[in-house]
Amino acid sequence: MASDHNPVAVERAEWKKRQLKERMKQLLTVSSPIFMLLLWEMLSRTAVLDPRFFPPPTAILETFWNLAASGELLTHVGVSLYRIFGGFLLGVIPGVVIGLLMGLYSPIRHFVQPIIMALMPIPTLALLPIIIILFGIGDLSKVVTIAGSVFFPVVINTAAGVMNIDPIHMDLAKNYGADSKNYFLKIAFPGALPVMLEGIQMGQAIALLTIVAAEMMGSVSGIGFLIWTSYKAFLLKEMYVGLILISFFGYLFSLLLRGLQRKILRWR
Amino acid sequence: MKDDVKIRIRNLTKVFYQKGESITALDNVTLDIMDGEFVCLVGPSGCGKTTLLRILADLEQPSAGGYEIAREKEDRPLQSMVFQERGVIPWLTVRDNVAFGLEMRKFPKKTVKERTDYYLEKTGLLAFADRFPKELSGGMKQRVGIARAFANDPEILLMDEPFAALDEQNKFILQEELLQIWAETRKTVLFITHSIDEALLLSDRILLMSAQPGRISEEIRVAAPRPRTMEAIRADPGVAEQFVRVLKHLQDEVQRSRG
Repeated sequence: MASDHNPVAVERAEWKKRQLKERMKQLLTVSSPIFMLLLWEMLSRTAVLDPRFFPPPTAILETFWNLAASGELLTHVGVSLYRIFGGFLLGVIPGVVIGLLMGLYSPIRHFVQPIIMALMPIPTLALLPIIIILFGIGDLSKVVTIAGSVFFPVVINTAAGVMNIDPIHMDLAKNYGADSKNYFLKIAFPGALPVMLEGIQMGQAIALLTIVAAEMMGSVSGIGFLIWTSYKAFLLKEMYVGLILISFFGYLFSLLLRGLQRKILRWR
Repeated sequence: MKDDVKIRIRNLTKVFYQKGESITALDNVTLDIMDGEFVCLVGPSGCGKTTLLRILADLEQPSAGGYEIAREKEDRPLQSMVFQERGVIPWLTVRDNVAFGLEMRKFPKKTVKERTDYYLEKTGLLAFADRFPKELSGGMKQRVGIARAFANDPEILLMDEPFAALDEQNKFILQEELLQIWAETRKTVLFITHSIDEALLLSDRILLMSAQPGRISEEIRVAAPRPRTMEAIRADPGVAEQFVRVLKHLQDEVQRSRG
């Protein structure tokens, strides 16, 4: 039963095994997208997957370079990013302000909440025809569409963030004589931030989902326009370039926001 | 100890009313606490001791009756509370937590820093001043709460079971530290606890409360000499007798409330 091995050596061997396992997991994470691309390439080249619908990734990459070299891609990307940022800010800022007011003042909450609950289930995209009538087919209508989609998760999470602050912190603020300005700056706002930032993260994802659809209707530029016109002209390689760009920017923005979140919420 | 009354509570009554049902949390409580006195409120859960403390902390309004806290210095706050462990604000550093009351009262930066440093030093928190509370142990967090209350220099201190969540060893250490800091300032303290040992170690006087309606049913003077240590208190035969008395009261109360 009892072995005469050195106990530290036994545990070190165990530890090494665990380290190896961890590294295996990291390897799996890195290799899965590469594996998928390779599989796609092979199936497409051998025509197991119809290359008309699923052109091989290398061909898509080539199209990407051509589009990029002609400067066409940059125009589309620039236009879309401008609309995404504009719409994002136009949704986040009122979302945060109204959410804070709702969280801080219960009469405002009781008045505004039913309106938000009733409007939230309506997809902003379903309102696109009206938005285009009101704001034209230029950038503004896309910005408004994105703002309308981003607003809801932000406002709801911000209000929830304020309301979920531990009541003991409010007691403490009152007991130590915080005025309303200090209550807001030291307790309500920082306390609401974690949940608020989750809402903003959600809003960012929704902004990307919305831009593609918004640019498919009544638009002459943007990544969504590129996807839609390429699809209609059966230029599927160009279409995939658009899809990959959306995926790339989604991933990039998520990473940026996560980084920002970690920086702001160091106390967590 | 000076012989002036510091907290004068008269016919204080608090009723909680909801949907046609009312609960008398405090029933006609009349009580004087002397300047510099350390008083523990002991009683079963739901006996109204927290309600009494919250009324004195101005977090709850009495239904009838009132209280008065004697003001010695014009620029002092009347009271500061040491909350339970969750009372430490997680997004403020240890320093900002301790300075909270002084910041709220808008003292000049220099005064805030001096007073904060003094109590950070006293509680052994100076090395942790720029950390966030998540990095602290439970005992350290409670030191933050204590330092914050003392730094605020109030007329009286209110403490709501500050050590309830700590393990025995840490509890003993913090209790003795609290006594040391308190001995320097001799502030009037009203302290809530479930622990008989804690009450006997800390207080000049123990007020036993009974529930429904919440009343102060008995008071016990703890005569053991100060400075006190847990060992000395445990060895004192007079205190041992008082322990049994408090224990018996609490057990009777729990039995009674079971009906």
